[in-house]
Amino acid sequence: MAEPAIVIIGAGPAGVRAAQALADAGIRPIVIDEGRRSGGQIYRRQPDGFTRSHATLYGTEAERARALHTCFDGLEGRVDYRPETLVWHISDGQVWTLGPDGHQSIPYDALILCTGATDRLMPVRGWHRAGTYSLGGSQIALKAQACAIGSQVVFLGSGPLLYLVAAQYVKAGAHVAAVLDTAPFAARIPALPKLLAQPAALWNGVLLTRTIKRAGVPILHGVTPLDITGGEEGSGAPDGAGVDTGPAARDGRSSSRAGTVDTGAVSGVTVRTADGGERHFACDAIAMGHHLRPETQLADLARCAFAFDPAVRQWLPVRDPDGRASVPGVYLAGDGARILGARSAEASGRLAALAALTDLGFPVASVDLASLRRDVATYVRFASGLAQAFPWPVEQAAALPDDAIVCRCESITAGELRATVTDTGAQEANRAKAFSRVGMGRCQGRYCGLAAAEVIAAAAAIPVERVGRLRSAAPVKPISAGSAGKAGA
Amino acid sequence: MTAPILASATPAPALSAQSLSAPSLSDVLIIGGGIMGSAAAFFLRQRGLSVTLLESDLVGRQASGTNFGNVRRQGRPLYQLPLANRAMAIWRNTPALLGTDVEYLQRGHMRVCYRDRPDTAASMEAYAADAARFDLDLEMLSGNALRARFPFLGPEVLAASLSAQDGHANPRLAGPAFARAAQRRGAIIHENCRAIHAGKSGDDFTVTAADGREFRAPTLLITAGAWAKQFVEGFGETVPLTSRGPNMCVTEPLPYAIGPSVGVATPETLESVYFRQVARGNLVIGGSLQNQTFPDAYRVYVKPDNTLGQWQQMQRLIPAVARLNIIRTWSGIESYLPDSQPVMGPSGSVSGLFYAFGFSGAGFQVGPGVGETMAELIATGRTDIDLSHYAIGRFADVR
Repeated sequence: MAEPAIVIIGAGPAGVRAAQALADAGIRPIVIDEGRRSGGQIYRRQPDGFTRSHATLYGTEAERARALHTCFDGLEGRVDYRPETLVWHISDGQVWTLGPDGHQSIPYDALILCTGATDRLMPVRGWHRAGTYSLGGSQIALKAQACAIGSQVVFLGSGPLLYLVAAQYVKAGAHVAAVLDTAPFAARIPALPKLLAQPAALWNGVLLTRTIKRAGVPILHGVTPLDITGGEEGSGAPDGAGVDTGPAARDGRSSSRAGTVDTGAVSGVTVRTADGGERHFACDAIAMGHHLRPETQLADLARCAFAFDPAVRQWLPVRDPDGRASVPGVYLAGDGARILGARSAEASGRLAALAALTDLGFPVASVDLASLRRDVATYVRFASGLAQAFPWPVEQAAALPDDAIVCRCESITAGELRATVTDTGAQEANRAKAFSRVGMGRCQGRYCGLAAAEVIAAAAAIPVERVGRLRSAAPVKPISAGSAGKAGA
Repeated sequence: MTAPILASATPAPALSAQSLSAPSLSDVLIIGGGIMGSAAAFFLRQRGLSVTLLESDLVGRQASGTNFGNVRRQGRPLYQLPLANRAMAIWRNTPALLGTDVEYLQRGHMRVCYRDRPDTAASMEAYAADAARFDLDLEMLSGNALRARFPFLGPEVLAASLSAQDGHANPRLAGPAFARAAQRRGAIIHENCRAIHAGKSGDDFTVTAADGREFRAPTLLITAGAWAKQFVEGFGETVPLTSRGPNMCVTEPLPYAIGPSVGVATPETLESVYFRQVARGNLVIGGSLQNQTFPDAYRVYVKPDNTLGQWQQMQRLIPAVARLNIIRTWSGIESYLPDSQPVMGPSGSVSGLFYAFGFSGAGFQVGPGVGETMAELIATGRTDIDLSHYAIGRFADVR
């Protein structure tokens, strides 16, 4: 029997551990990763010539980061590693890649998707302003480039990443103006029994808060974001947004684009505090986010079935406890399947690889499987505690002012989206997108889709699961037409 | 998905013994809510007939919603130009007629040919001479004059035929806008209502939906695109209808600069790419090889090698596209007939039965004209539009 072709997409914690399990079984998997080096986002490595220690870069997770890096580096020669390569489509049993050597299609017998996560974002009026970043982006600026996103940074949102990145900024010597958590402190108490499934992680959270407080940074719980304020109108217009020189603008038919969106850079943020007052924090950069969302487009293109998970109010690819998707030969691991964190990703990555090996007829120790399943189960319990302690503030979507932008790529406001729902009856995500352009821009709804669904659900007075989810379309990320090469070449 | 998708859609009657024993009655029943059926419903209401339209999915979501959006008369058979002209008059009036903007831009349509196919330039010139008789004014351009006006064209482009009065519109908006306007004028529109059987007994047609609802009318219009064949065959007629999925994509937005929709005239499908710039600034790109469809599942998957082939061909037409990012690809389910012409007109064997489907990738522009013509034909029994080329009977001997 020829060696099966197993493709792993992603070289973060899940992808690396999947690759290790396959290499140990004598198979040489193809590992495709967008990154320049392995590690994923959480254990992202700094560029050549940077000399910060693992402890500086990864804090309490330094040893895990080191172990993961060492593991993957040790697989050299035993895996077919393709860094800086984007999988932009999956079709007919092949992944379609664009890498340094151009386009390639790679057939697979088994496909392990370890595609990771990006920030889950809830719009705030003014979030289109220059100086607004996601928490993940803010962390990458620091981790990879040793840069802060501003000289005075407000952290706004909720979830463990809010405190982690704020603490990392404090430790790195950046000026943090405030940490503004939308979750009420009291929400943590009923979540405690679940959070105790990972006592070390819980303790780390306590330490992060202490680091932030000791630096004199105010931490507010239960805030409602009202406004990200900005400087002069027209200064620093973001690419594309607010500019429309097309005929619609000239005909005066385009109301929301030309001139009416104030694109000045961030000057501060105003919130309503838990006691009902209002506070303003001056800053020149904001890091925002509400936990993470899985990057599921490739699972969708691989035609995996999805189901609505009410705990996180997201549509997630269906999988069995070992990571088998609904499509035979496709496996899902790590945060790309469900947000369970990096430690869980190492376990679920290995588990998915063992499931693939089992299905391909290789012997796999059942003891190993059982222990990995137990590991993952504790992370599931912990994650449900996090979702309870740091809830996605759906009420913010309903309360979003009409002039707040929902879709930053296309500069579409909450009011325009609501008018689409009211005027056309569009209640389904793809239908509302078709009529309003929300989610139709460069990010294809990856950053606004979840919030837009909440805005639609509130406007239509239907449960958010009835809104459905945006269908994924290739390319998963923008790629140039020129990448295809010239005809006949 | 059972939500009423049109804002004020009449809620589907609860499935009950009463609704089963008393089917909905109207003057005209339409199966298929693409731009053909939606426009027909609109113009039938304009003529005062009561209309019920059944759409198995959402109105305007299949071929009508996923096509390129060309509103071009140029390139159509000469005998089709009166229909296309009728449609053009409606397109120009859409804001007033529909009460909404369907992003119709009358900024021209241009066909170009390559240096290695000089015979295509000759046939474009001959077409221009003939088309003038049908009020289609085409300007032939080549050499410096062409490049001065359209400097983005690639060096392989030899000549062009420009129709200044043609243009393009937004397919995502147009079909549903006709349906909503029809509904405001009193048409009953049922979305997510899949017709599974149509028959005639006595004077009336009876159509049964998958959920058991029954609808009855003395006149039935089939505008079901790729899904029309089962109904045609149910009435004992033959049509060799197939379906294919267009190869579409869109770039990131860039400053608005290109007015006309531009396409390559060529006998080679691979080479036949086209693009238009929308007011938002994106280039919408279509053409080259098509995709396999799965009409039963309402799905079509874009083949990656078709996409890459299209991007290669696009660089011949407009080399600067190489530097633009593509942000999305898509397809839809279009119905095709062997001679690339639709079936449009009365059934050959059943009185009161009418067809308008199989527009073979060229239905969007004529859609409003088809709707108006079918409404005229149904309401008055006649039309000045010559429908002889589209008769269902031309396939009677095809087995």
